[in-house]
Amino acid sequence: MFIPHTDAERKEMLQTIGIERIEDLFADVPAAFRFPELNIPPALTEMEALQDVQGLADANESARELACFLGAGAYNHYSPAAVDFLISRSEFSTAYTPYQPEVSQGTLQAIFEFQSLICGLTGMDASNASHYDGATATAEAGILAYHYFREKRSKFVLSHAVHPDYRGVLKTYMCGYEGVEVVGDEAELDPFSGPEHITSLIDKNTALVVVQYPDFLGRIYDYTPVAKAAHDNGALFCMVVNPTALGLLKPPSEFGADIVVGEGQPLGIPLSFGGPYLGFFATRKEFVRKIAGRLVGETVDSQGRRGYVLTLTAREQHIRRDKATSNICTNQGLIALAATIYLSLLGKQGLRQVAELCYQKAHYAADQISQVPGFKVCSSAPFFHEFVICCDQPVAEINEHLLEHNILGGLDLGAIYPSLKNHLLMAVTEMNSREQIDTLCEVLKEITHV
Amino acid sequence: MNVPTNLKYAKTDEWVKLEGNVATIGVSDYAQSQLSDVVYVEISAVVGEHVAKNSTIVTIESVKAAADVNAPVSGKVLAVNEGLSQTPELVNNDPYEAAWMIKIEVENPADMDSLLDAAGYASYCEERSH
Amino acid sequence: MSEPTLFELSSPGRSGVRFPAADVPFSELPGEFLRENLPLPELSELDVVRHFTHLSTLNYSIDSGLYPLGSCTMKYNPKINEVAARLPGFAFSHPYQPVETLQGSFALMFQLQDWLKEIGGFSGISLQPAAGAQGELVGVMIIRAYHHSRGDFNRRRMLIPDSAHGTNPASSAMSGFEVVPVPTDALGNVDLTALKALCSDQMAGLMLTNPNTLGLFDQNVLEVVRLVHDCGGLVYGDGANMNALLGICRPGDLGIDVMHFNLHKTFSTPHGGGGPGSGPVGVAAHLVDFLPGPIVGILEEGDDETPPLYGPVMPKQSIGRIKSFYGQFGMMVRAYTYINMYGGEGLRKIAEYAVLNANYLLARLRGKYTVPYDRVCMHEFVMEGVWSDAPEVHALDISKRLMDYKFHPPTNYFPLIVHEALMIEPTETESKQTLDHFADTMIKIAEEAHTQPSLLRQAPHNTPVGRLDEVKAAKELVLCCWIPD
Repeated sequence: MFIPHTDAERKEMLQTIGIERIEDLFADVPAAFRFPELNIPPALTEMEALQDVQGLADANESARELACFLGAGAYNHYSPAAVDFLISRSEFSTAYTPYQPEVSQGTLQAIFEFQSLICGLTGMDASNASHYDGATATAEAGILAYHYFREKRSKFVLSHAVHPDYRGVLKTYMCGYEGVEVVGDEAELDPFSGPEHITSLIDKNTALVVVQYPDFLGRIYDYTPVAKAAHDNGALFCMVVNPTALGLLKPPSEFGADIVVGEGQPLGIPLSFGGPYLGFFATRKEFVRKIAGRLVGETVDSQGRRGYVLTLTAREQHIRRDKATSNICTNQGLIALAATIYLSLLGKQGLRQVAELCYQKAHYAADQISQVPGFKVCSSAPFFHEFVICCDQPVAEINEHLLEHNILGGLDLGAIYPSLKNHLLMAVTEMNSREQIDTLCEVLKEITHV
Repeated sequence: MNVPTNLKYAKTDEWVKLEGNVATIGVSDYAQSQLSDVVYVEISAVVGEHVAKNSTIVTIESVKAAADVNAPVSGKVLAVNEGLSQTPELVNNDPYEAAWMIKIEVENPADMDSLLDAAGYASYCEERSH
Repeated sequence: MSEPTLFELSSPGRSGVRFPAADVPFSELPGEFLRENLPLPELSELDVVRHFTHLSTLNYSIDSGLYPLGSCTMKYNPKINEVAARLPGFAFSHPYQPVETLQGSFALMFQLQDWLKEIGGFSGISLQPAAGAQGELVGVMIIRAYHHSRGDFNRRRMLIPDSAHGTNPASSAMSGFEVVPVPTDALGNVDLTALKALCSDQMAGLMLTNPNTLGLFDQNVLEVVRLVHDCGGLVYGDGANMNALLGICRPGDLGIDVMHFNLHKTFSTPHGGGGPGSGPVGVAAHLVDFLPGPIVGILEEGDDETPPLYGPVMPKQSIGRIKSFYGQFGMMVRAYTYINMYGGEGLRKIAEYAVLNANYLLARLRGKYTVPYDRVCMHEFVMEGVWSDAPEVHALDISKRLMDYKFHPPTNYFPLIVHEALMIEPTETESKQTLDHFADTMIKIAEEAHTQPSLLRQAPHNTPVGRLDEVKAAKELVLCCWIPD
C-alpha cells in the first residue's frame, strides 16, 4: 500500500482540521449508503500480487513462443531495446499533460518531434499529438468533415476494405449527427472489388471519402482517381495508412489526400492484446484549425529561448465546451513518445529496411503457400505484407492444426465478410524467418493430406 | 472603454453601423478586451448568402477563448472583410474601423429596435463587470 | 541552451538500429508505388538515447514532486504495475488469437469488470472506452439509446451543472443533445429549484460530477437523482472524482444510472505526459444491454476442475464499437494489480486519506486564501488566487511562482464558477511533510504577492524556459521541425 501516514500524523492532522475521526469527514454522504463493504478479496503484498498476475499472463500464449502470421491491424514487429528503456524514465511516464509548459518541455518537444515525423511519413503539413487508435482517428476525420461543410453535406463514402473495427467506430461516432448516412461497405459487395465502386458513390452531397492503403485485404491501389472524384465533387478525401508501409510506398500526399489517419502500433509498440495503441491524424495546411486533439507549436520565451507550447487550445473542449468539435482530452502521450523513439532509432534507412523485409518475406510466403495444393493467393492486386489465401477447408480447422505446431495462422475472413468463408488473411513481417515460413508451408501440406 | 455614440450594440457585443439599409458589423472594444490577443478570425458568412438574425457569421479565436459572432440582423451579405484573417490583431487595435467584419443589407428594419444605444450598452457593460 | 531537435542532430548516412539481410529470394518491388524520398532523421543509438534523456530532465513528474492538480488525482504510480503490464504473456499477445490462447487476458478483464462493478455499485460494465472523455461520450450515447429504445425521441436536452468539466458539454453536443446549464447554489450544491424547473419530458438526463469540481459532496444528491428520475430522465455520473468515494459510497447505490471511471486517476495508471488513459463505463441493470462492445463474458461455464472459458460478447442492444480491439488493455493490467494490492478494505483507506489530506491543506491555507465554498471538502478544494489588496497578482502568477519552489501548480481557472480559481487535490500518497512544505510555500507566496508582486508576475525564474509567447505560437503556427535540406 502506498499511503504513508503514521497514527501520530493522522491524529495531528485531525486536530488541525478540528475533528475527532476521519469518518466525520463523510457526514454529507447519505447514511444509508455510507461505508459499504466491498466484496473484493483482502489485500495482497507486492510479491503476491505479482505471482497472481504472472499466473494470468502465463495462461496466455503469445507471439513470443508462436510463429506469428496474424496481422489485420496489429503487427508483430521488432521494438529496439532503447524504446522501452527510454519511455520507462519516470520523468516521461509519471508526468502530467503539459498544460504548464515551463516544466514540461521534455514532453512538449517530444510531441513536436512526433508531429514532425508523422508529417514526414505521410507527406502532410500538420499532425496532431495523437488519438486513441487508428479507429477513433478515422472517426475524428468524419467529424472534421461534418463540421467543415457546416452540416450541409450528410453522405460519407466508406470503402468496405477499411478495417472493420474502424468502420464500426466511425459509424458509432456519426450516430450522434442528424441525417448522416454512411455508404460503400454494404455486406452484399464483392470484397475483392476495387476502388471503382467507391468512385461511383461520390456526389455533391458527399462530405468525406475514406479508403485504406494498403487496404484491409493487404492490397495496394493508386487512389488518384478516387481523390479526383472526391475533389471534383467538393468532398474531402481521407486515407487510412499503415506507417511501416510508408517506409517503402508513396505517401498519401501524392494521391491527393486531404486527411491521413492510421494506427501507429507498428512503430515499436508491442501487440499488448490490442491496447494501448496510437492513432495518428494529419492534414494539409488548410485544415489545421479544424484538427481535433492537442497540437504543439514552437515559440520563444521572454528571453528569446526556443520553447514549445500546446497551441490553438481555444478549439478544445476545456474552452469551447459544447461548441468544441470534439470532446477529446487525452492523447496517447507515452505511446506517441515510443513511436517517436522507434522512428529516431530506425531513421530513414532503418524504416526502409524493415519495410523491404516485410515486403520480400511476404512475397516469398505467398509464393510458397501457393505451391501447396489446396491453397492459393486470391487477389491479383499488388500487396505489401498481407495477402488473402483461399483454402479448400474451414479456416478454423487449419488454424487449429497450425497452433498445434506453434504457429499463429492468419485471420479467418469469413467472420467479417460473409462471402469469404475459407479465406484467411496472412501477414508477414521482419520477425518471420525463412525457416518459419518454410515450416508453415510444410504444416499446411500436412493438412491437405489429412 | 470605447463606445462610439454613432453605433448600436447587441448584448452579445456586436456593434452595428446603419447607413441607409446597409448594416456594417463588428465586435466592440469590451469584447476584444475580454478575449485578449486575437490570433485568428474566420468569416463563415459568404457574400450573396442570406443570414438569419442570431446565426453565427464569424468565429474569433484568441489564446484563451473562442467566440462566435452572431448576426444582429437578418439580410443578404454584401461584403466581408477578407483581410482580417491575415491581420487578426486589428480586432484588438481598431475594433470599430479597420476590423469591420461584414456588411449586410437589412431585410427587416425592426431588427434594429432590439439593439442598445451607446449609453445603454455602456451601462450594460458596467453591470457585467461586477 | 535548448535541446536540438531530432532533425538538427541528424547526420546523413548515420543509422541506429540495423536489421538482418533478407533471408528469402528477392521479389521485384512495385516500381510505380515506390516513394522517392523519406524525410526521417538519421541518428545513432547514442544520439537518440542522449536526446531523450536530456528531454526527460526538462520535465516535472510525480516521481520528482507533488502535483496538487485538482480533478487529476496525481497519485503515486506503483512500479509493480509496470512489471505486470510488461509480462510477455500480455505484451506479446495478439487480440485476434484464438480465444483459448488468451484466457489470461480475458480472465483479468472479467475480474476487473467485476471489481469495478462492485466498487461503483453497477450491474454491467465495459472496459472498452479509451479515456474519460470517451467514457463520457459512451455514457451519453447509452442514455440516448435507452430513450430511443422506448420510443421516446423527444428528449433532446442534457442538463449539465455550470461547474462541469468541458468534456461534459462537448460529449453531449457530439451526441446531438442541446446543452442546458444548471446553476450551483451558494453552498456549492446543484440548485434544486432551478433543477426542478428544468425537469420535463424533453430532458434526457443530467450529467453530475459528485463530488463536484469544487470538491464538495452534493448535500442533496438523493433528491437531485430523484427529481431527474421522476421526470423520466437518467443520471450520468462523471467518475473523475472517484478517489473520494472508494469504499465510502457507491454511485450506483445513490441511483446513478451510468458512470465512467478514470483508471489513470483513481486507479494509479501513469499519466504518461498526456496519455494513455482508460475510461471504463459502468451501468445500472436497465442499461446493461446498451454497453459498447465487445465486453468479456463467459462463453462456456467451468466446473470444479476446469475454469470457465472467457471471451468476447456483444451486448444485445449495444451502441456499437467505440474503439478497435478491446480497449487500453495495458492500463487494465495496472489497475487490476493496484486493486489487488489494496483489497476491499484498503480501497476505503485511499478515500479516507485523500480526503484527510485535502481537508488538512484547506485548514492550513484558508486564513491566507479566500475559500468561496468553505465547508468540509472531499479529496480536493478550490480557493481564489486573488486578493483585493494585491491587485496586480492573479492565479496564473501564483502558479508560475510555485514552479520556482519546485512544485507543480494546482489546476488553474477551473471550475469556471470560481473567480481566479486554484483547485488543489493532494491525493492520499502524499505525506504530512510534503503537505506542510507545500502549505508553507503557498503562504510564503501569498506574502510575496503583497510585498514583491513583480516576483510573481515575472515568474518562473528557475525553470528551463520562462513564460512562453502563446500568441506568437498561435499566430505563426509552427507545428513541425524545420528540416535542413
